[in-house]
Amino acid sequence: MSEQGTGRMTPIGLHRALDAIWRAPKGLAAFSTVNHSVVGRRFIVTAFVFFAIGGLMAMLMRAQLARPQNPFLGPEVYNQLFTLHGTVMMFLFAIPLIEGVALYLLPKLLGARDLAYPRLSAFGYWCYLFGGVAILASFVFGVAPDGGWFMYVPLASKAYSPGINADVWLLGVTFVEVSAICAAVEFVVTVLKVRTGGMALHRMPLMAWYLLITAAMMLVGFPPLILGSVLLEIERAFGWPFFAPDAGGAPLLWQHLFWLFGHPEVYIIFLPAAGVVSTLIPVFARTRIVGYAWIVAAIIALAFLSFGLWVHHMFTTGIPHLALAFFSAASTLVAIPTAVQIFAWTATLLKGRLHLSLPMLYLLGFFSVFIFGGLTGVMLAIVPFDWQVHDTHFVVAHLHYVLIGGFVFPMLAAVYYWLPLMTGRLPVFSVSRTAFWLIFIGFNTTFLVMHLTGLLGMPRRVFTYEAGLGWDLPNLISSFGGFVMAAGFAVFTLDLVLQFRFGRRFRRNPWKGTTLDWAMPTPAPSYNFAALPRVSSRDPLIDDPDLGAQLARGEGYLGRVRDGQMETLGVDMATGEPDQIIVLPQNDYLPILTALSLAIFFGCFLFGFYAFSPVGLGLAAVCVWRWLWSMGAKNDGEPEAAGLGLELPLYHSAARPPVWLGLIYFLVANGTFFASLLFGYLFLWTIAPNWPPPRMIEGGIGLAVLTASGLILSAVSAGRARALNASARPGRDLFQALAGIFSVLGGAGLVAILIMAAPPPTGHAYGAATAALLGYGFLHAGVGALFSAYAVARGQAGFISPVRATDARAPALWHAYTAVCALAGLVFVYGLPLAMGGGA
Amino acid sequence: MIAGSAVILSGVLGLIGYAFLNRDGLRDVPDRVWLIGGGVGFPMVVLTALLAWALPTGESMTGARGEVYEVQAEAYQWGWRFSYPDGAPGETGSEAGVLYIPAGEPVDVAVTAVDVIHAFWIPRLAGKIDAIPGQTTHLRIQADEPGEYRGQCAEFCGLGHAGMNFMVVAYAPGDTGAAGEGDER
Repeated sequence: MSEQGTGRMTPIGLHRALDAIWRAPKGLAAFSTVNHSVVGRRFIVTAFVFFAIGGLMAMLMRAQLARPQNPFLGPEVYNQLFTLHGTVMMFLFAIPLIEGVALYLLPKLLGARDLAYPRLSAFGYWCYLFGGVAILASFVFGVAPDGGWFMYVPLASKAYSPGINADVWLLGVTFVEVSAICAAVEFVVTVLKVRTGGMALHRMPLMAWYLLITAAMMLVGFPPLILGSVLLEIERAFGWPFFAPDAGGAPLLWQHLFWLFGHPEVYIIFLPAAGVVSTLIPVFARTRIVGYAWIVAAIIALAFLSFGLWVHHMFTTGIPHLALAFFSAASTLVAIPTAVQIFAWTATLLKGRLHLSLPMLYLLGFFSVFIFGGLTGVMLAIVPFDWQVHDTHFVVAHLHYVLIGGFVFPMLAAVYYWLPLMTGRLPVFSVSRTAFWLIFIGFNTTFLVMHLTGLLGMPRRVFTYEAGLGWDLPNLISSFGGFVMAAGFAVFTLDLVLQFRFGRRFRRNPWKGTTLDWAMPTPAPSYNFAALPRVSSRDPLIDDPDLGAQLARGEGYLGRVRDGQMETLGVDMATGEPDQIIVLPQNDYLPILTALSLAIFFGCFLFGFYAFSPVGLGLAAVCVWRWLWSMGAKNDGEPEAAGLGLELPLYHSAARPPVWLGLIYFLVANGTFFASLLFGYLFLWTIAPNWPPPRMIEGGIGLAVLTASGLILSAVSAGRARALNASARPGRDLFQALAGIFSVLGGAGLVAILIMAAPPPTGHAYGAATAALLGYGFLHAGVGALFSAYAVARGQAGFISPVRATDARAPALWHAYTAVCALAGLVFVYGLPLAMGGGA
Repeated sequence: MIAGSAVILSGVLGLIGYAFLNRDGLRDVPDRVWLIGGGVGFPMVVLTALLAWALPTGESMTGARGEVYEVQAEAYQWGWRFSYPDGAPGETGSEAGVLYIPAGEPVDVAVTAVDVIHAFWIPRLAGKIDAIPGQTTHLRIQADEPGEYRGQCAEFCGLGHAGMNFMVVAYAPGDTGAAGEGDER
């Protein structure tokens, strides 16, 4: 039944056999596609469409600001425009474009056939699309968010933004963030686990390192924003005053949560672009990158530093100067890992033999614009300077220099570099160069002079200004430059169309790239590699320029078709030695159905049908149940031949299957969310005005002890079920059921405390924050009960064995996590009133 | 700071431009010189010097409170109310949106807001400070010369943000006339 392809089939025959399994379906069935190349392309195209829309909004704003007292737009429309421009560019263009590029490229760079969770990427795409379309649709109906992309409270609170504008932002962005978290988990697990044989960590292409660190930052960077959005939406919907100062809330808490996300976000955007630079420069300098280890160290350092800087967005909020000094110094420190990278690139350029190809032209644009933006960034990190130019057009100019210079230019270089992989054609050069110069000159005309506008005192986010303040001419120049840049992007689009239509065809590897993404025929086939290579260095195509042809002949790992299954390798995280065969899921409608269920949930919330919103969650739970159920097997099976003389277990019988790792990294993100919640609780208690609250928690200590015991017993029972399974003793499903029952009891206990002992959540921020902590525990206890029910069903159906243990291990981990969080929550709720003596 | 930035920018771009000449001059410089010298050493020196200048400057701009003339500024959607230490209610300022301060001496402004977050800023006199409901922040300003200075809200605060300006009138030391003008009404 299983066919050993090596040597038996011709390359064409092997291609046809593999393509028949991997090819994306046409027509309506396209909604079920999960292939990473297709989903990646969808992300990229959608992101560029949103980019065009965001750009048009910018053009409207520049038209308005071209002259003083311009009657073209009123503040209502203008405020929606700048809010949407920032939101679209950050959440609907930059991050999704990174996700799309990573989705498309990662498996190709890593020598794999797909990502760890193809269905999760498809689900992420639908979440992104639905959330993004909802945000833009609101503009058509005139109810778009208008409180700035940073949504500062109290301006975004119900009292000052009574319409649904702010809800559109909070719910739409959170919906899109679901896809970001999914992508982050997906990328971390894929880079660590789904590579080809022999690709040890130190042999990974630098781009994979950049995307790994980026994804790790997304795991911890996005949860604070999601928490902030959830709390603000709860405040707006149910009146829990987390941020309202007259009821003990703290407007600054929002700013902390927002910038705790918002600053790492800048590096999340920059790192993949820097990865492009690190990938392209050695290729076009015909040499190897200088300082591989230094660059890896620099991006890890950058990731850590970026989480210690958020306060530099809040220098003018009256925070004590000593704290400002700390964050100012930390902010300037970022210059060091950035400088290490810039000098590594420069040294590589100096060592090589260069020629000015098109992607290189965009990289030169990147160097000049980004370094300039970085230098104004250092200026802004200097507190007294920041006090002067904060919230002026100087900052607008700075951030465009950093984001367009540091992100858009490298991404355009990446488009020109990798598009031939997608299309099999090379660009038509003269048009491409015209596009570059229009964009480059237009950009600098717009934003260089804008520094001056800011220094002359023009604040941000004003829809008009008075004549005679010296702002007239610089604004006119900026508007002019903006339109030149827009024309440049129009030419760029035209160029892409021309390339698709008339580009010159080529055989293989037109740029002489050294990484595995060029070891495949072009356009890239649906399955990427007919066989997965054995890798022994960082530049496999330097070692063996003929590698692509060998792989096409099926010489390598898994160079076969077996039972119509989609296979790729799983490897040891550090050494890259293969340790399992991953069988990937077929096309499936569950991703879009799950996303639609969530859309029902968010839609009900948006229009105030709160009672119906659980319906969406229930449907989503059903989808997820069926989704998980489709994995695994009912018997252990023997190790299978994987090619090159290797025998490997299938994923469900391996010690570390991808789904297990995925749960761990999801809990990392979830734990960050909970830590942010604890931070918020302490922040309110110590900083917010109008404390102590009129009433604190009273009584219920006995109930709290019972609740805690219930949740601990649940964790212990699930652990016991896991241990019984591991040693093949009876009673596994019984203890799993017990874990579920204890979980339900624990969850009920938390609700009882909330109702009987805690003050109502609507009166004071104390009650609201307490309810949020207890509610978090309740939610996790509930999911834990479902988890146990699922594990019992799986056990009864025969999916669990000592070897196929994931379904027994996962609930144990979940219940342990829940118990720890609930205990921490109860300690905060009952301990703080004692420790703080009734509030500061 | 701007001149220094220009030097750094042209230095790095010069190096990259040099690379495109494909000369051999810098080809033999060891990698470590670039990475340690350029990547770590160079920014360390520049940033240390910058912070050594900036931190004391910032400290002096916040100043110790209570020693100087202090006025109150209260922001609302969309305007400013000012009040003064002699107990005179700031009605003078609230109607006209005018803040009176003595010229030639430091003045502390205690800033707060009644509704949403605003920011108090007189571009020609000092940096800005946020006006946050539920708390009071402080900014030290000084007008060296008597005269009128333009002030404005610098934090986005809704529909009227663009028009949320005020005027600062700095009167000569000892000349109570300017402040008195307001009191007459």
